[in-house]
Amino acid sequence: MTKSASVLTADEKRRRMIVATMRKNGYTPDALIETLHTVQSAYGYLDAPSLRFVAQELHVPLSKVYGVATFYHAFTLKPEGKHRCILCLGTACYIKGSQGLLRAVSKAYHIAPGETTEDGEISLLTARCLGSCSLAPAAIMDEDVVGNLTPERTLAVLEGWKQS
Amino acid sequence: MIQHLNQPLTPEDLPRIAEAEHAADSAYEHTIHVCMAAGCLSQHSDQVKQGLEQQIKERGLTHCRVKGVGCMGLCSAGPLVSVRPQETLYQAVKREDAPAIIESVSSGAPATHLVCSTDRPFFTHQTKIVLANSGEIDPERLEDAIAVGGYQQLAYVLNELTSTQVIDQITRSGLRGRGGAGYPTGLKWGTVAKASGPHKFVICNADEGDPGAFMDRSVLESDPHRVLEGMAIAAYAVGANEGYIYIRAEYPLAIQRLKTAIRQAERVQLLGNSILGTSFNFHIHLRLGAGAFVCGEETALIASIEGKRGQPRPRPPFPAASGLWGAPTLINNVETYANIAPIIGNGPEWFANIGTKRSKGTKVFALAGKIANTGLIEVPMGTPLRTIIHEIGGGIPGGQRFKAAQTGGPSGGCIPAEYLDTPVDYESLTALGSIMGSGGLIVMDEQSCMVDVARFFMEFCMSESCGKCVPCRVGTAEMYELLSRIVQGRASMGDMELLQELCETVKYTSLCGLGQAAPNPVLSTMKYFRDEYLAHITEHRCPAGQCQFEAVAQEVQL
Repeated sequence: MTKSASVLTADEKRRRMIVATMRKNGYTPDALIETLHTVQSAYGYLDAPSLRFVAQELHVPLSKVYGVATFYHAFTLKPEGKHRCILCLGTACYIKGSQGLLRAVSKAYHIAPGETTEDGEISLLTARCLGSCSLAPAAIMDEDVVGNLTPERTLAVLEGWKQS
Repeated sequence: MIQHLNQPLTPEDLPRIAEAEHAADSAYEHTIHVCMAAGCLSQHSDQVKQGLEQQIKERGLTHCRVKGVGCMGLCSAGPLVSVRPQETLYQAVKREDAPAIIESVSSGAPATHLVCSTDRPFFTHQTKIVLANSGEIDPERLEDAIAVGGYQQLAYVLNELTSTQVIDQITRSGLRGRGGAGYPTGLKWGTVAKASGPHKFVICNADEGDPGAFMDRSVLESDPHRVLEGMAIAAYAVGANEGYIYIRAEYPLAIQRLKTAIRQAERVQLLGNSILGTSFNFHIHLRLGAGAFVCGEETALIASIEGKRGQPRPRPPFPAASGLWGAPTLINNVETYANIAPIIGNGPEWFANIGTKRSKGTKVFALAGKIANTGLIEVPMGTPLRTIIHEIGGGIPGGQRFKAAQTGGPSGGCIPAEYLDTPVDYESLTALGSIMGSGGLIVMDEQSCMVDVARFFMEFCMSESCGKCVPCRVGTAEMYELLSRIVQGRASMGDMELLQELCETVKYTSLCGLGQAAPNPVLSTMKYFRDEYLAHITEHRCPAGQCQFEAVAQEVQL
């Protein structure tokens, strides 16, 4: 007998999403990247138990799963902070001063790209190009694309998160 | 309209739907187009659209309606709103401006404070083939695509032409791959068609990895059915029944619109089994990239679709002979597929008449950097850089002087002011040490340090190198170190020679295009801006004033 959706734990729900992706792709090894996308969107990162689970279900050696998970920039093996600041380091943003934004955030919060503040509040990430070149320099603050940034404006957004 | 589009369509249905759409259109005196592509959306054009709809509802207007459309091109002036049929364009529209726009529609007098003049080179100097429907149709409605002739070329091809005739038309058009290298499309199709095998695949490369390039994203967001139609025609020509679109996960809107478009087309058998009542079957699957630049290389892309690490392999065998799962595979870029239906519709001679002797048709460019009009443009091949930058692009803002144009992303080069009159085509750009690339065009002014630009691209190539071959894996890291030394004022003249030598080695010995082209930004800047390199090395001075030597020197001591 299957449990009704209401009594499923959060973890079981996430597992179901992962299983659904694998089933949709016929449990073939080539579904690996699609499945990892689902794991990451369900958990926010690729956790070790999920990697093992996916390896087993798709009949792919764990070493290969780990290889793929670490090869692609979109995947992360570490949980992210409550808020995400993704600075675009594309060419147009570079020409318009994205390095200055990166320096300012790194210095103010003592984090390098890919790191999260100690209190788990803010993750600093970088992107190769957001394709929002008309707004350069641009960033994704949580879900919103914010453009024409200056170091001051960038820090102001992050400061707002701290206080909320 | 909806009842038509739940059952399989026949070729005769297409003009009927188009006619019905036009009739429905003419019931409205005015249609207000609101750009719903990523550039304007990130400036809240969705709220503008809501505001306009609300105004129409509140005022009980029946003679005008609002339509969400794709990219209108001038992204820097977004959100853009265009009132039809007058073609009055409004820029930087906010939700609060909705009443003024609706009033202007009723009164007939434009809301002057928002008007964006369309009588200027940005709009008048363009020739639109790929972007013809972009900004005109609602990308989320199949009926809109059919109303402008969508899928009619597919119907024509399936019923009237043999696969050899299709390939012949594409060959005669002179179309070349728009992904960067410019391989003749007809030749590629012919090779895949001749290859033997029980299964063949068609792949659309939408892994637009060049930073500063957003052409493919805009095409997919603005007119996804055009790309699907092009892929289906290609599949028919080469004898494939399955296709993949490999798209960057960083483009959520384009992914969503593609998914919608595929679902719509499948529902009425414009894709899937027995397309348009014929015996031709073609299924399209979406595959999301995961943020690896090297996956733009065709063999790496194939590895990634197979669920593996995106590492290239030596060619031959080329994918045309042995590609996805070992089967003959056709890979083309988004823009290449978007050119197919117009070529079939207007004839190969029409297409071959546009452009230069060896580069036919148009090219879409994403203008960005230090330029007044950033956005998406489409110009005939052979248009001089000067026209693109100073007329269409509106020149350099802030009274600065033009210094260089960068084309082709990390695989391209920097073109200095003295070559501004170069016609933009595959051969001319290659001769200058750059490449056409996928169409990113970044403009730099006097404030950009060209050595640091070269270092920026080398950092990119270094971290995007897949690590499979030594010249690229080690070479890019070493070149990056040498360039860092130069911008920090720690380099000697010997380093400069070493850098030159290393560029040659990496260029000629790397396995795939990423490594082979990685030295291009360095080689082109060393050629055209040698004095800047020398100023850094011998005088510890950055002519652009970007590099901070003292600060770095202190860090080094620490």
